[in-house]
Amino acid sequence: MENRAIFSGKLLAFLLAAPQLAVSLIFFYWPAAQALWQSFLVQDAFGLSTEFVWFENYAALLKTPEYYQAIGVTFVFSILVVAFSLAIGLLLAVMANRNIAGVQIYRTFLIIPYAVAPAVASVLFIFMFQPGLGMIARTLQRGGIDWNPVLNGTHAMILVVIVAVWNQISYNFLFFLAGLQSIPKTVIEAAAIDGARPMRRFWTIIFPLLSPTTFFLIIVNITYVFFNTLGIIDTATGGGPNGATQTLVYKVFQDGRVGADLGGSAAQSVILMIIVVVLTAFQFRYVEKKVHY
Amino acid sequence: MVEHRRFGNLLPHLILLAGIIVVAFPVYLAVIASTHDNAAIANGQMPLYPGTHGLETYWHTIASGTGKTTRQPVGGMMLASLIMATGIAVGKIAISIISAYAIVFFAFPFRMAAFWTIFITLMLPVEVRIYPTYKITSDLSMLDSYSGLILPLIASATATLLFRQFFMTVPKELVEASKMDGAGPIRFFFDTLLPLSVTNIAALFVILFIYGWNQYLWPLLITTRDDMQTIVIGIKKIIDVHDALTEWSVAMATAVLAMLPPVAVVVLMQRLFVKGLIETEK
Repeated sequence: MENRAIFSGKLLAFLLAAPQLAVSLIFFYWPAAQALWQSFLVQDAFGLSTEFVWFENYAALLKTPEYYQAIGVTFVFSILVVAFSLAIGLLLAVMANRNIAGVQIYRTFLIIPYAVAPAVASVLFIFMFQPGLGMIARTLQRGGIDWNPVLNGTHAMILVVIVAVWNQISYNFLFFLAGLQSIPKTVIEAAAIDGARPMRRFWTIIFPLLSPTTFFLIIVNITYVFFNTLGIIDTATGGGPNGATQTLVYKVFQDGRVGADLGGSAAQSVILMIIVVVLTAFQFRYVEKKVHY
Repeated sequence: MVEHRRFGNLLPHLILLAGIIVVAFPVYLAVIASTHDNAAIANGQMPLYPGTHGLETYWHTIASGTGKTTRQPVGGMMLASLIMATGIAVGKIAISIISAYAIVFFAFPFRMAAFWTIFITLMLPVEVRIYPTYKITSDLSMLDSYSGLILPLIASATATLLFRQFFMTVPKELVEASKMDGAGPIRFFFDTLLPLSVTNIAALFVILFIYGWNQYLWPLLITTRDDMQTIVIGIKKIIDVHDALTEWSVAMATAVLAMLPPVAVVVLMQRLFVKGLIETEK
């Protein structure tokens, strides 16, 4: 990169980089710094005076049972969405990777959910799962299940998991398909000549060779569950009932909307920032590995 | 692929068909619901084939919205979404391509600092700095404005990285030849670099347009005026009334209209979409 710099107009270079840097500083760094700063402050009830309290906000946060509930919800939600959307995406990609007719048509349909906004995806599923009028809800009720995501926390969780998995299938499918297509045919043929059956070939050769893709997708999917499902939760359940679908990000959003505890809300944001930094670091280690591959 | 299968390719076809049904059924159901009247939907006996109320529902939805809740015509919401999505996509591409140009082709002090400043924004998604960002936007009196909807979202580390990656593959000889012809940095950018980047720009546009159209959190905070509402926010307000009052045919028509532009972009520009998706992420 160093030896590529060819033009020397310093002023022009600054001007070219300026818009991006300005937006980054004003709308990214400044608010992030403010969140960090506020997380160390406590404001009195009237907002008249503030006091620097070090980690008191964090300590207070870690004493509230609701925070632990949100951690638990985020954990369960992430595991379920990541596991199901990866498994389904992989299965469909493996099938689409066979030389069969009509793959283009299948692919066209399978990428549709990617284009649907999380909040709109929620609306599609609310329509099917609405007790009383939803097609699937009525089927469940006829089958003796008292389906009601408005009152039953488990049902609410199932609903948001289904929407999030549906929304993520396309992404995982496309990346697994790209990963499968980059595996050299000769490796698989060699295994076939050695007498390995398709299932065995998949688990001993294809799946290990896909592991960089799988690892990358796990990280991206966790990031998706953390940050992009806010629209799904806000539309489908509003975090309820009784916090059963309130993830960490959704809690920041809701606590801030009420606006009572600025410091505590900022402390929550800072914890999320740390989580993103860790996830991004993992993601880029993967890229690093691929370069050396 | 390798050996002859006894049942041919029956199994993959069956599994893929099942996948398509799972993926497409919710969308199909929304389309069907938007053609029936509210009464047929509300009693839970909606048939699985199209009804006869489609035209009037869509006309009513686009031109006047629901009578019971927002009263905002969905046509206006779509326009707001279109402006926001296009603004975000064009803005991100424009500021990213020029900053990548500066970083790759110029020697200037703090070049690496500039690069890292842009790169680290990757780790600061709007969700972790919701209210401080809202406060700044409000202090700059950009609430309820398109600049407030668009500007705070247009910094893009991914787009900058993508252009940087691509610019680094441009052969040095090309720059030298252009210099020999007496072209300065601005002419080189417009005459050589921009035409070479067309495919990348198009692929990125597809991804970013969908990203912009589907935004939820930011427009929810920034717009309080009903006439600036994007369709993704508006649809929530349409279903957000007491069960019995929801006009499901209008809600589903709105869902279909909210899906139509991004789905059309993905399906019609599939190759660009796949290219954009895979390259921006890697």
